[in-house]
Amino acid sequence: MLRKGFTDSIGELEQMVLQMGQMVITAVDRSIEALKNRDTAAAQQIIDDDEQINKLRWQIEEDCINLIATQQPVASDLREIIAVLAISTELERMGDYAEGIAKITLMHGSEPLLKPLAGIPVMAKKAADMLQKALEAFIARDAAKATAICDEDDQVDGLYDQIYRELLTYMIEDPRNITKATYLIWAAHNVERIADRVTNICERIVFLATGKMPQVNVSKY
Amino acid sequence: MDQMAVKIRAKDLNLFYGDFHALQDIQFSVPEKAITALIGPSGCGKSTLLRCFNRMNDLVENCRITGSIRIDGQEVVDDRTDLIALRKKVGMVFQRPNVFDLSIYNNLLFGLRIHRMVSGKDRILATIRWGLEQVGLWDELKDRLNQNARTLTLEQQQRLCIARVVILRPEVILLDEPCSALDPIATMRIEELLRELKRDYTIVIVTHNMQQAARVSDYTGFMYLGRLIEFGTTSQVFTNPRDRLTENYISGQFG
Repeated sequence: MLRKGFTDSIGELEQMVLQMGQMVITAVDRSIEALKNRDTAAAQQIIDDDEQINKLRWQIEEDCINLIATQQPVASDLREIIAVLAISTELERMGDYAEGIAKITLMHGSEPLLKPLAGIPVMAKKAADMLQKALEAFIARDAAKATAICDEDDQVDGLYDQIYRELLTYMIEDPRNITKATYLIWAAHNVERIADRVTNICERIVFLATGKMPQVNVSKY
Repeated sequence: MDQMAVKIRAKDLNLFYGDFHALQDIQFSVPEKAITALIGPSGCGKSTLLRCFNRMNDLVENCRITGSIRIDGQEVVDDRTDLIALRKKVGMVFQRPNVFDLSIYNNLLFGLRIHRMVSGKDRILATIRWGLEQVGLWDELKDRLNQNARTLTLEQQQRLCIARVVILRPEVILLDEPCSALDPIATMRIEELLRELKRDYTIVIVTHNMQQAARVSDYTGFMYLGRLIEFGTTSQVFTNPRDRLTENYISGQFG
């Protein structure tokens, strides 16, 4: 493969990562909507669609292995392929968290929610926004932007704390609330994990851009 | 890298072939008992630099060297340097195996005689056996030491050339494209041999083959237009080169 062919292959990998990232953002958004509306059909669709995210992850991994085996990439080419492998693994797991929220919706069924969703959608929007910016930083090889995104994880952790404390009070008030409150804590925890994995992606972007492997944000959870 | 013991240190090294300034202000430290690879496009000066370490460039007409090369602290760029002793201490292996048109035994005996290192038939044979064992040839060749060395395979010939250097108990082994005449399997075996030899010797290898440099060496220097652009551990140079020129060269964007 000539250098141009190799550059094209790297470009295709980047496009697949972007596509996967958009699929995850959509899945997260839809999973919160489904929970909010107790829409079990939409939740089932999210679970089914996660297979597409998984497939894309395996496709990315296969393409990376082929490039390593046939092109012996070095320097920033090698770092890019390693970063893509790691980022696609993180994205796949983030898809699983969205799927997890959809499963909570299925468990919850058509019963009314313990309380109208307020904090969890804000958390989810923040996490999705962090992911969107991380994808932009990935394409731009922007280590400074990636590092700044990690700092935003503290806001998500703060929201999670609030939601957790609030739901605890519901449980203390009336033990019959425990099941529904636990569902919501699980959902909030999944969103917290999504944001945390965005910070892992950002670490990979810093590695891609600088060759250094930093631990840029240690999450509280 | 800061802790590495330095075997060879080149300082402000410049080399001219007539008017042509082939090496420019080279500052270079070769770590002891490790494999150092020199890479770079054709004509960048890597073989010229290699040949400075045992003064092989003296054989080139109109060649002039300024600056300093110290091996174990001892100056090499000096008219008073004993070249025979230097080339015993700093042995060299070339691109094509250059065995003498003599028996395997006599190929190895040649250097021992010149340097008057060993006498007595038994001791000579023991030394030759040791040399061939060092390069993994003894079992293959022990029953045909009187056979002409040119009848051997290219890989065996190259191993014999390495044995011919090793038998003189050098401290540094210079290799100039030692595998370019060999097939991939023979290349792999020579690379394995180099990895074994680095326990006892300081090795500097010039190679066009970047994958070979990445596979076999501990340190890598990248040269371009007579300058040493970058030097570092091989893993650093091949994963995170500091210089844009190095990055472009090793990732195949020029060269």
